[in-house]
Amino acid sequence: MSGIGPIVIVARLTLREAFRRRLLWALAGLTALIVVLTWWGFSRVAEASPITGPVQMLGVSQVMVMLAFMFSFVLAMTAVFAGSPAIGPEIESGLLLAILARPIRRSEVLLGRWLGLAVVLVAYALVAGYLEIAAVALATGYVPTDPLTPPIYLAGEALILLTLAIVLSTRIASVAGGAMAVVAYGLAWMAGVLGGVGEAFNSDVLRGAGFVARLILPSDVMWRGCAGALTPTEDILTAGGMANASLYKFSPFSGTTPSLEWLLWCAVWIVGALAIGILLLRRREL
Amino acid sequence: MTGGAASAGAVEATAIETRELRKEFGRIVALAGLTMTVPRGEVFGFLGPNGAGKTTAVKLLLGLSRPTSGAGHVLGGPLGDVAARRRVGYLPELFRYQGWMTAREVLALHCELARLPRTEWAPEIDAALELVDLVDRADGRTQTFSKGMQQRLGLAVALLGRPDLVVLDEPTSALDPVGRQDVRRLIGSLRDRGTTVFLNSHLLTEVERVCDRVAIVDHGRVVAELRMDELTQERGVRLRVTGPDGAVREVAAGYGPTRADGDWLVVDGIADADVPQLVAALVARGGAIHAVVPAHQSLEERFMSLLGVAPEEEGPEPASTGRGTGA
Repeated sequence: MSGIGPIVIVARLTLREAFRRRLLWALAGLTALIVVLTWWGFSRVAEASPITGPVQMLGVSQVMVMLAFMFSFVLAMTAVFAGSPAIGPEIESGLLLAILARPIRRSEVLLGRWLGLAVVLVAYALVAGYLEIAAVALATGYVPTDPLTPPIYLAGEALILLTLAIVLSTRIASVAGGAMAVVAYGLAWMAGVLGGVGEAFNSDVLRGAGFVARLILPSDVMWRGCAGALTPTEDILTAGGMANASLYKFSPFSGTTPSLEWLLWCAVWIVGALAIGILLLRRREL
Repeated sequence: MTGGAASAGAVEATAIETRELRKEFGRIVALAGLTMTVPRGEVFGFLGPNGAGKTTAVKLLLGLSRPTSGAGHVLGGPLGDVAARRRVGYLPELFRYQGWMTAREVLALHCELARLPRTEWAPEIDAALELVDLVDRADGRTQTFSKGMQQRLGLAVALLGRPDLVVLDEPTSALDPVGRQDVRRLIGSLRDRGTTVFLNSHLLTEVERVCDRVAIVDHGRVVAELRMDELTQERGVRLRVTGPDGAVREVAAGYGPTRADGDWLVVDGIADADVPQLVAALVARGGAIHAVVPAHQSLEERFMSLLGVAPEEEGPEPASTGRGTGA
């Protein structure tokens, strides 16, 4: 249905815009600041109490999860605010009229916008995520159980929210679309928490609600994956005083590695949502 | 894509052809059945009052909107055909370009989107900037441009790659009189090189000056299609004359069909050279001549009459003071 050439043209245009409008510089600057602050903060912690035993390790891991949650939130907001003005305002301002009169399909414009912003978000998530993990390791010597996957999960979460924001932007004004995506993100996280509570207390209703919410918007699957990868091993949890390690795993700031089925669903969800976005854009009157 | 009408247009004699093109937005009928033919190499004016469906028609032609029913062809391809769009340049009525880009970068983007070979970009961009007189601001960001400069940039974008068909939707809406004159000159040069120009405008004098043919649309339908040279070849004279009514009518009827238009007597079909003779004959029969005005129907008059708008009571005032013959 779509050619690669026009998609790449639009993706490159989107990247140039992000660069020219200083989005990339802003993200790079903030990342550098946060990494330095993280290193400084953890260095002070390690100075006060060397990270040698399970209690300290548990403490560091908890702060790391909190950091990751903050980063996940920032990344989600960046994805929403980058994605929600991607299509609608360009139609309303007339910017897309001149472009779409060229030999390019609407689907190619949408996919190009998505690809360009996806590159920015994934690069930001990976670079900032690994730098954070490295800063903590450098300052404290603590390395999470699975240090490679958390930034990948966060990048996945950003892609899901970017997709949602872009799909909404084909029909809904950017402010309203952005607000809807933020609320949806918050609800998905809350549903994940409730689902976890359902698991812990064996409540089918809560478990089911969490499951349905994840189907509708699977961003929380990715966050739980990230948190799970940062959670210490059961030995450390138990030795660190978490009497019921399995219960801990269902707290709002923890998680488990998602199953392959859930990861596949995330990919299917992104593809399906983009297809819906293309359909909505094709039917929109310019 | 750069060959102009001579090479690409040999196959098809028409640049645009539509049959009963209809567009509805819910209950609103924007186009009720547009049927028209635009021959290749002509400057075609598309006229109509506000809300007649002009911009909707343009969007349908360019594939920016889908018709509810009906069909059409542009440069041999069906409406919205991607391949045909390579040979079309378009200036939208609502023009805006990426504010963070320079004029040169906007043009380079459109060279890429139009799939022009990269080696042609630089000469194409320079030529387009030259044509619209934007060379000095080529490296300025478009967000610093005035509306008129943005419209010039839009024209440059539309002219990239020497398209076979250029669609201009109100191309002078933001331009000053000098800019409008430049656009008329530009349209003339496009015609000279065989490019078809589809000019959507409500500025009748502008259309009258540059177009070979016009279609007048109202309520989403073409109510008339006429050649401009036919319009200007029409002859006649308007006289404000008092005196014995029967005698005046009798004399005038000897020179062509007559009719009354308010206080004016109109004699259709009379050659300009015969007017002094008519005036002399009227005076000889006791008529008093207050004004004599050539009665070539202007596009505006034709437009008004087709839309059923009554002509102004006073007649063509500016002409009567300048060109009338008192008695």
